[in-house]
Amino acid sequence: MSKPLVIKIAYALLMARWKQTLVAAIGVTFSITMFIALLSFMTGLNKLLDGLVLNRTPHVRLFNEIRPDSIQPVQQAAEYKSHYHIIHSVKSGKSRQEIYNSGAIMQRITQDPRVLGIAPKITSQVFFNEGNLEITGVVYGIDVEAETRLFFFTDYVVKGQASDLKNVANSIILGKGLADKLLADVGDVVQLTTSSGEQFRLKVVGHFQSGLQELDKTQSFASLNTVQKIMGKPNSYVTDIQVKLNDINQAPKLAKEFNKVFEIDAEDIQTANSQFETGTSVRNIISYAVGITLLVVAGFGIYNILNMMIYEKMDSIAILKATGFSGKYVNRIFIMIALGIGIFGGLTGLLMGYLLSSLIDQIPFNTAALPTVTTYPINYNPVYYFIGSAFSLITTYLAGYFPAKKASRVDPVVIIRGK
Amino acid sequence: MNSVILEAKHIYKQFYDPVKFDVLKDINFQVKAGEFVSVIGKSGCGKSTLLYILSTMDTDYQGELYVDGKKMTGLKEKELAAVRNEKIGFVFQFHYLLNEFTVLENILLPARKLAKKPEAALKDRAHFLLKTLDISKLAEKNPRQLSGGEKQRVAIARAMINEPAIIMGDEPTGNLDKRNSEIVFSTFQQLAQEFNQSLLIVTHDPEFAERTNRIIEMEDGRIIRQ
Repeated sequence: MSKPLVIKIAYALLMARWKQTLVAAIGVTFSITMFIALLSFMTGLNKLLDGLVLNRTPHVRLFNEIRPDSIQPVQQAAEYKSHYHIIHSVKSGKSRQEIYNSGAIMQRITQDPRVLGIAPKITSQVFFNEGNLEITGVVYGIDVEAETRLFFFTDYVVKGQASDLKNVANSIILGKGLADKLLADVGDVVQLTTSSGEQFRLKVVGHFQSGLQELDKTQSFASLNTVQKIMGKPNSYVTDIQVKLNDINQAPKLAKEFNKVFEIDAEDIQTANSQFETGTSVRNIISYAVGITLLVVAGFGIYNILNMMIYEKMDSIAILKATGFSGKYVNRIFIMIALGIGIFGGLTGLLMGYLLSSLIDQIPFNTAALPTVTTYPINYNPVYYFIGSAFSLITTYLAGYFPAKKASRVDPVVIIRGK
Repeated sequence: MNSVILEAKHIYKQFYDPVKFDVLKDINFQVKAGEFVSVIGKSGCGKSTLLYILSTMDTDYQGELYVDGKKMTGLKEKELAAVRNEKIGFVFQFHYLLNEFTVLENILLPARKLAKKPEAALKDRAHFLLKTLDISKLAEKNPRQLSGGEKQRVAIARAMINEPAIIMGDEPTGNLDKRNSEIVFSTFQQLAQEFNQSLLIVTHDPEFAERTNRIIEMEDGRIIRQ
């Protein structure tokens, strides 16, 4: 009984000055709209940019780094154990890039419940021959199916068929920049020389565009078998194992674990790409700062209007207090008014924000670097709608807090006698 | 029916602006149930100040105040508000109706705050009061559309809604013409006679005071005759 009366009085006071109320609510609506649209668009863009790298990057990469042995023979010799060792001119050992016992490692990792999947990879440096020109490049031997499933390989094949890599023997997919240099269209044959000096002819079955131009000028893809063949290696030869996890945040932990268990170099995505995360968080902070600034400005508008309302409604406040409404009750009425503006303005703002972001979603956005994107990216994350409504309530509450306090302190005697 | 509704014991009050000045000095009196009392005195004699202390709205005084046998002095703001809501009805010189509500809703406001009876019973009571005061046809009107006399009668109905122990009035006829003053006075008289309602009315109109049961006359912050 008591609560509806508060709302009833608050509503009546609001409606008595509905034009001012509307202006205040529009302020909130506008700021929430911009907050939602800005964050959806910004994070959409962030996701897109991060996706450029993160989609194509394994969460954990297992490989063998070429480097000197960390334990040199002299350290193992018992007679020199208590001595201080100074070794000059240490050379990298006769370590291979190949991952030892790759089959067993892959089998073991696949069974791990935290792992979404793995894709083996071979990196091989080659020269592409074009007339008498030699262009350096890299051929990655990949498992097309695993690569597509985990790293969206087909999304980046702009011409030809990714599956042809497996179906057509001795085939290759060239990076867009590389294909332009070699003047190699789909169906053409390119000649390449391996680092050991052997020459091969491979058929071009597609063009690949990652969005990062420098990479597209050098990289190309072939099936695992094809690369093993041109390098003259057995079909257990693998230089990288790319692991994708169910939860990306576990990557550092798992990398450490794999490093220990398999005695192999393991690099996690956070270490390899820390700069991307920094960029993302900075952009997010900017969006939030702008959104919150808008809300604070709207909050001041509400504060102003409520203050004015209190001066206008002095008589009403005095009579409410005289007829038995306590200061606390009057306080609640004005808080209710502020929250009413916040809820109404906030809800409309959420709706408008959704409409505005879906409008941005329709704007064409074509760029050579991003073949799969045709319109501006929008991230429809419900979290932003939640934050937006929470913020609209908090700011309007704060904006109403001081005027409400002032109203609750109105002394009815002063008002009634002052007439 | 001789229980004491309102009792003031040794009430003193000072104003400090611009210099210390005693507004009220040793005020002692009682109002019994069903009494129609008027307070008269010259402008500045402290009669309005006394009324606001009696009404519990002004708590800055020395002495003791009892309403319906309960000590008011020292109670918290919230408790005093509850007492005003339930035990005291107000009629002011200016009508102080809320323009945002209809006449009926204005009358219901203190009752809805008290919320002791169901809504339907409250509405019945409000309509009964409107009928008693002969203003039934105004129920759904906005206070802005009413004449001064009508507004004052609505204010009286609002004061009556919670069946208060006492109704207090601060110059309720001060702003009205002769005819409307007469209507308001007879309304008060009707309340006193029909409902045995206690009334304490501050006025500077000797004619009005003459017709009440009892006159308390004040001068320079003291009661000189009662």
